[in-house]
Amino acid sequence: MFGLDKRDTTLLLIVTVLTMFAPFILNPFPTDSGLAQFNAGYPDLMQRFVIFGIFAIGFNILFGLTGYLSFGHAAFLGVGSYSAVWMFKLLSMNVIPAILLSVIIAGLFALVIGYVSLRRSGIYFSILTLAFAQMSFSLAYSVLTPVTNGETGLQLALDDPRILGASATADGSIPVTSLFGLEMRSTYSMAVGPWDFQFNVGYYLCALVLIAAFYVAIRIFRSPFGMMLRAVKSNQQRMNYTGLNSKPYTLAAFVISGMYAGLAGGLMASMDPLAGAERMQWTASGEVVLMTILGGAGTLIGPVLGAGFIKYFENIFSKINDNVLHGWFSFLPDGIEDFLVFVIHPFIGKGWHLTLGILFMLVVIYLPGGLVEGGQRVVGWLSRRKSAQSRQSETNPAE
Amino acid sequence: MGILEVKNVGKRFGGLQALSDVNLSIKENSVHAIIGPNGAGKSTLLNCLVGKLIPDTGSVMFGGQSVLGRAPYEINQMGISRVFQTPEIFGDLTVLENMMIPCLAKRDGSFELNAFSAVMSQRDILEKAEHMLEEMNMADKRHMHAAAMSRGDKRRLEIGMCLSQEPRLLLLDEPTAGMARADTNNTIDLLKQISEERDITIAIIEHDMHVVFSLANRITVLAQGTPLVEDDPQNIRGNPKVREAYLGETA
Amino acid sequence: MDAFLLQILNGLDKGSAYALIALGLTLIFGTLGVVNFAHGALFMIGAFCAVTLQKLLSLSFEMVDPEKTDFLGNPLKVKTPYVEAWFGPEVGGTIIEWSVPFAILFAIPIMVAVGFIMERGLIKHFYKRPHADQILVTFGLAIVLQEVIKYFYGANPIPTPAPDALNGVANLGAIIGMDIIYPVWRIVYFFFACVIIAAVFAFLQFTTFGMVVRAGMADRETVGLLGINIDRRFTIMFGVAAAVAGLAGVMYTPINSPNYHMGMDFLVLSFVVVVVGGMGSLPGAVIAGFVLGILESFASMEWAISLIPGINQIIIYLVAIIILLVRPRGLMGRKGVMED
Repeated sequence: MFGLDKRDTTLLLIVTVLTMFAPFILNPFPTDSGLAQFNAGYPDLMQRFVIFGIFAIGFNILFGLTGYLSFGHAAFLGVGSYSAVWMFKLLSMNVIPAILLSVIIAGLFALVIGYVSLRRSGIYFSILTLAFAQMSFSLAYSVLTPVTNGETGLQLALDDPRILGASATADGSIPVTSLFGLEMRSTYSMAVGPWDFQFNVGYYLCALVLIAAFYVAIRIFRSPFGMMLRAVKSNQQRMNYTGLNSKPYTLAAFVISGMYAGLAGGLMASMDPLAGAERMQWTASGEVVLMTILGGAGTLIGPVLGAGFIKYFENIFSKINDNVLHGWFSFLPDGIEDFLVFVIHPFIGKGWHLTLGILFMLVVIYLPGGLVEGGQRVVGWLSRRKSAQSRQSETNPAE
Repeated sequence: MGILEVKNVGKRFGGLQALSDVNLSIKENSVHAIIGPNGAGKSTLLNCLVGKLIPDTGSVMFGGQSVLGRAPYEINQMGISRVFQTPEIFGDLTVLENMMIPCLAKRDGSFELNAFSAVMSQRDILEKAEHMLEEMNMADKRHMHAAAMSRGDKRRLEIGMCLSQEPRLLLLDEPTAGMARADTNNTIDLLKQISEERDITIAIIEHDMHVVFSLANRITVLAQGTPLVEDDPQNIRGNPKVREAYLGETA
Repeated sequence: MDAFLLQILNGLDKGSAYALIALGLTLIFGTLGVVNFAHGALFMIGAFCAVTLQKLLSLSFEMVDPEKTDFLGNPLKVKTPYVEAWFGPEVGGTIIEWSVPFAILFAIPIMVAVGFIMERGLIKHFYKRPHADQILVTFGLAIVLQEVIKYFYGANPIPTPAPDALNGVANLGAIIGMDIIYPVWRIVYFFFACVIIAAVFAFLQFTTFGMVVRAGMADRETVGLLGINIDRRFTIMFGVAAAVAGLAGVMYTPINSPNYHMGMDFLVLSFVVVVVGGMGSLPGAVIAGFVLGILESFASMEWAISLIPGINQIIIYLVAIIILLVRPRGLMGRKGVMED
């Protein structure tokens, strides 16, 4: 289907089903139950899952296929956000031109940065991309303030021109982002018994874009171009002596992944028309690296899983505080309860970054192939056990 | 006029004159061996031919065109393929994919943004790669990871990859180095068969005299960065100068 | 002319910090072949050694002072640091005041220990892994260290002043008949950096240990084949590099109040310095550190900013990009280091 083989079609279908039914899947607990805090079916959180999923899918096209580790991809996401917000300010509140512009501008940006950075490989490449991203970050905070609005961040205002739209709504407020009149923020709530499922227009737009982005990624992975990118990772020497010029291949991969980042940035601004320089900081670049690795670099589904995993636990961990912990452990004797809370305390709430750093190290040390590899190991282990058992049961009677 | 004409090539590394005044002419459809003791400059010469090094002086012409100043991939596209001393293949890819890459390079040139069509739908490439695998006797290994194969198989694959580009000149850098006798003989047979069946010129750098004398129909002896003699194999065997150069080595 | 010299001086202190961190990075990189993204965190830990020592020395007990009363006539509680109680207010006060220089002694064993633990506990297992994995795991470690410090010391910068005697300004231009007013501590920092750099170079140049390490930097395998236990020496080198970074951090505290993300801020720039100097070249790292520090200070002059707005923010990155394009190996880079 769609030019994909059976396995890839299944994968695409799984992603489609997961994203389309996410408001149900992520909301398994009734609203008034104690476990409701583990629900993730809120529009803004689901939007984040999907947007970072797109970001990671794009990053994986570069890192997973070619092995070039960029530490500056957040810059493209930031550029995408700024472009989109400018489009909302100048043209109209329709998200389509905004997203298109984000992708184009991020692509151009990636072309320039990639052209320079890709003259070196390995660690040099990582440092060059890092330097470029930090440079963009510094510039966004200082000289480029007219474009980026510095530390405050770029926001919409009542006196923005919006040539194809209205500067202000009839009641004098700033108009909201929309897709040909369909407002991104509008949400339909469906109450089923104690559950409350929320269907948000913005989320479904993001989800559709994710499915398209995932589909394109599959096509790239399975194309001759994708094979060449894997060849770059495997052996550049042989590649050059096979009459292939690795430079344009890596540059194309870099630009494509930059455009994915721009797309993510544009979507982010479309959901909430704000753009700030902190989105470009290198810790943000580190986050997408982590998502990709955690899920499984070089695999198709890995980055999506990684992004969902990290954003979900970020949300959960940030919400938990000592009171919540005391609630959980209240069945234990007081001393043990206090001790557990004391031990866990540094890792929750504001300590999420600490947990993230530890997780990062553990994954790189023990599970370089990420969740996908972990899953495969478990499946492999189970099937080996099963076959060992069945062999045993076959041999037993003969004895 | 040979297919490859090397004129007055010299190359210096700091204080070391690696090559000086090298003249070499390789005739079309011949198997030309370049031999010499360690440090004679064989590898430097080879690197000058494929674009990895640029000689300080002289010229290298391939099929009437200069190769100097061109990148390795451009020289390869002109029709020179190289087999390395330790097999250079795409270890993370399957054997079939390894074979498809040179086929794609032959068809599409040095870069083609073919990002939306499936590899497996490229019928012509698939057929060509499969055919080449059959010819190399490794069709049964097509879905194996290339890195997992034995050294002899890797060598076969590498030669097959080079051949699937239909080069006019095949350069081999000690293709049997570190191989067991059986693998060496297999490689000799393979190369013999290639040179007989195909319209191809082979230049081979080799240490092993057994390999050289079983294959070559022309031999250049390199010593201290400069050609000592160039002659037919039977004349090289008896040449006292060659014995001298190899004294204590292979003679 | 005065302004020119002043800018050079201004660049020296930041340049010193860059040079010291870059030196450690290069040592680790050259000997172990590992790209250490946690090196900035070592700088930061060094700075927090100074903070900790200052806090330890200022630990006080409270006592009701019968002679002092508040306006209602009640006796006042006064805090007296233990050191003042033990050694008398004069000596004790001086000890507290000089806590930053004292922290050098305090930091050396801590930093060496941290370095050993890091190398034996983590980095050792990554020698044979791809560079990307080394970058990633040390990046993770950097985040962890930074967050741990944040957990214990909070997110705000902690002022850690230099001793009063070194806290003023001096007119350096007096000797040559010019007016160059400059903070004393920054001069101290520069000389301190010079001493450390000289010590590291002397150590590598004149001791057998250093010779082996240098040989190992040039060709690790061969040295290993000679039957020399290169690994243990490399562990020690890691400790040395950690100590160098830590000391750079200790002495930097009076210039900039330490905060938990200072390591990362310096790390990115120090990497750029290493790349400009030439990966694996120790003199390159030091020279590039000072040159970039001075360039940065020139770029923050008014005429430069009015010429190219924002140039002070990006000059280092710009230089790095240009250098890498014109001289891909950096100023003094050797062939074959990290080429692939």
